[in-house]
Amino acid sequence: MGLNAPLPVLARAPTPLPATSDWTFELIDRYHEVIRLAAERHGLDTYPNQLEIISSEQMMDAYASLGMPVNYRHWSYGKEFIATEKRYRRGYMGLAYELVINANPCTTYLMEENTTVMQALVIAHAAYGHNSFFKGNYLFRMWTDASSIIDYLVYARNYVAECEERHGLGAVETLLDSCHALANFGVDRYRRPSRRTLAQEIAQRQAREAHAQQQVNELWRTLPVGEERAKSSPAAWHFPSEPQENILYFFEKSAPLLEPWQREVIRIVRKVAQYFYPQRQTQVMNEGWATFWHHRLLNSLYDEGHLGDGAMLEWMTSHTNVIYQPPTGHPAYAGINPYALGFAMYTDLRRICEQPSEEDRAWFPDIASSPWLPTLDYAMRNYKDESFIGQFLSPRLMREMRLFAIRDDELQSKLEVTAIHDTAGYQQLRQCLSQQYDLGTREPNIQIWRVNLRGDRALTLRHTQHRNRPLSDSSIEVLRHASRLWGFSVTLESVDDAGTVTRTWTVDAPI
Amino acid sequence: MAGKNKSIGNRERFLRRYKEQVRDAVRRAIDGRSIRDIERAEDIAIPRKDITEPQFQHGPGGARDTVHPGNTEYLQGDRIPRPQGGVGSGGSKASNSGSGDDDFLFTLSKEEFLQLFFEDLALPHLLRTQIGGNPQWRSHRAGLTQLGPLNNLSVIRSMRGALGRRIAVGRVARLALDEARAQLRALEQPDVVGQQDPGRVLVLQEEIRLQEQRLRRIPYLDPIDMRFRNRVRVPVPCSKAVMFCLMDVSGSMDLQRKNLAKRFFILLYLFLTRQYNEIDMVFIHHHTQAQEVDEEAFFHSTETGGTVVSSALVLMRQIILARYPSDDWNIYGAQASDGDNFSDDSSRCRDLLADGILPLVRYFAYVQVVEDEQKLWTEYQRLAAEHANFALGKTTAVDQIYPVFRNLFRKEEASTWD
Repeated sequence: MGLNAPLPVLARAPTPLPATSDWTFELIDRYHEVIRLAAERHGLDTYPNQLEIISSEQMMDAYASLGMPVNYRHWSYGKEFIATEKRYRRGYMGLAYELVINANPCTTYLMEENTTVMQALVIAHAAYGHNSFFKGNYLFRMWTDASSIIDYLVYARNYVAECEERHGLGAVETLLDSCHALANFGVDRYRRPSRRTLAQEIAQRQAREAHAQQQVNELWRTLPVGEERAKSSPAAWHFPSEPQENILYFFEKSAPLLEPWQREVIRIVRKVAQYFYPQRQTQVMNEGWATFWHHRLLNSLYDEGHLGDGAMLEWMTSHTNVIYQPPTGHPAYAGINPYALGFAMYTDLRRICEQPSEEDRAWFPDIASSPWLPTLDYAMRNYKDESFIGQFLSPRLMREMRLFAIRDDELQSKLEVTAIHDTAGYQQLRQCLSQQYDLGTREPNIQIWRVNLRGDRALTLRHTQHRNRPLSDSSIEVLRHASRLWGFSVTLESVDDAGTVTRTWTVDAPI
Repeated sequence: MAGKNKSIGNRERFLRRYKEQVRDAVRRAIDGRSIRDIERAEDIAIPRKDITEPQFQHGPGGARDTVHPGNTEYLQGDRIPRPQGGVGSGGSKASNSGSGDDDFLFTLSKEEFLQLFFEDLALPHLLRTQIGGNPQWRSHRAGLTQLGPLNNLSVIRSMRGALGRRIAVGRVARLALDEARAQLRALEQPDVVGQQDPGRVLVLQEEIRLQEQRLRRIPYLDPIDMRFRNRVRVPVPCSKAVMFCLMDVSGSMDLQRKNLAKRFFILLYLFLTRQYNEIDMVFIHHHTQAQEVDEEAFFHSTETGGTVVSSALVLMRQIILARYPSDDWNIYGAQASDGDNFSDDSSRCRDLLADGILPLVRYFAYVQVVEDEQKLWTEYQRLAAEHANFALGKTTAVDQIYPVFRNLFRKEEASTWD
């Protein structure tokens, strides 16, 4: 970014842009142009933009396939589409105004139903807010390759279609079901994948398929192991030698009975899950950033005379709805609104830079009174939800949102309020909220534990409980999927804080 | 994101997966529905628990800390009663398909409904009619050819070709002719008259005569100029069908039996509408005499008297011969009766069908709405053994119609006519 402050406006627009309810392509172009200039003055670094107009049906379509414009076929997307369509038709839900794909160029889909001003809002929000976040945030830079994702999905769709043709719809469907059940456990949390182009992807797949089945690993060795060696290292019989967190990856590489194409499909599901992994970790930051920037950019357009009062009121209504946070106990309350929290935090961050109070100086000595643009940019680039909240949630914002923490312990008959927005509670509140956004605590911690090499090849998964929280009842279903992939029986052990196994589930080998 | 209906593939997969549930729902819907609006979309409900996708998730229990906004009354250390399924759930990921155990409801489109309704049914001989020995041809223009009957001669195109050929072929001769004429004209100028070489004039005149002769020898119209309008014959799938509904309205056919017959006819009608653009319906009811009537009278008029089935067959044959030549029409017959017939008439019916009707029709189905087998049934059974395009079935209750219909119109390759 490199800007310390927004560049000045050169000339004020003589008349505002028309704010008719029906948009035209020409009008969208004009709005886009002034928004682009405003974003440039604020130093937003984005991928090139590509705007597309879509119908509500297409929007629902994209909703259903994980928000991607192209994806492989699966019944669950059909189910999602049917459900979305029904809710929409009956008026239970509105559709998002926009959809943005983390790709290079960054594609933003605008709904054709939007009014001109809404299109402007959406362009500022998605094409500049989200876009710059995708390009800047370290998780996205590290985990997703924006330039190849669409290509990869096209490849995935064709490959899955090819498999359906060759092996039958049913076989592919059950395989995908099993993969989807474990998709959240098909991501590398720490290891960074190498970047590949589509051509490399295909070439490597063919190479993989050719060799995968020939590979003889320790597991399926048929030659007798030398007596001495077997005796000398009993540890070698512990397979895998270390617990594996990426369950799908383990299946792809080590499940003995899978065909090459099945391994490739697992890989596809894994890749897609990996692509969405950063998104799941940066919800507050990402939405907050986009909301902050549409607010900032449209306000600056108003200052420059591009927007009239009517247009301002129109987008402000929508903006206010988006960042509305119903209080606890309100019928509409469904947890913390990520838009509200994110927007409030970035706005607050700017305030700390520009008008810090004594309290802010004490809490944020390094950023109080610093130039706000670089500070926000730094915050956007180098954090995820968990660390962002842990680092930047200010006492003032906790007071404004009147946050409070509750401990729900099944051993206690009542809930306990552990912290509120007072001096004694700030630190704890912040830590608690930060943890709430930690995927590591939100999702159960389940890892590949060992394979019984000497007997029936049974696989054991281990769930390490987080504060004694048990697994839900659907686990046994997931386990069935796991055993379908593994090909032999699978056991899941749940281990409590003290390290003792409190519960086990076992699923027999599929027939 | 081009194209509408992109998720149709996903929807198909969804329907395929829940086919059993959907099919049950369709069956229930058909039972409950009045026949006239059978062609309608249908709401289908699938128990939500059947379609959830399982995930590893935290269950209730253990200890968890959650943060909530909008504190108005609590202080640190306050203890509050646990709300039912409320506040404490912030930590677990909410399912996006909604909550609760209520059914997953969705609407099956009219096409999908009928698709399931007619599943794996196909009319026998249909394929043969459309692809094989096609009775109908249509000819349409297909450019020009060099060979053809004279009445197809395209005069303009032929003359245009001839003109071009004459210009091209005569080019050398015409140039030489022009040259010779110009030279001759130069020799005949008044100022050179007298100095001319008479031999040279003669040579030029000879040259001119020669070239003119060459030009005249170019044929005005040559066989290679001829162009004929080309017409090709393409097979036209016969898209017209006529359906004969034959029903006994004698005293023994009560309202309930008629109703059964009616359902059967409507099934057949719906089925035909899926295959043909244009369907004529002919209603013939009979007691001792047969009569062609309109639909209303067919189902609702009450007549009494004895039963002579053959009268209807005779009338059907007459109508076919008079109005529906079997080259142009796919003829289907459906007959419903309670099996009563005048004692000598049944064997006559068999002969009539075998000789007069079955050779003309694509398919003839007989459905009997009572259980006991009388003479007519046994005669028809013999017929069914001999003719592939004749089938018969029995139904005594509404919910048996569908299986009988299915049996009658089972896919040909999988069928054994009983």
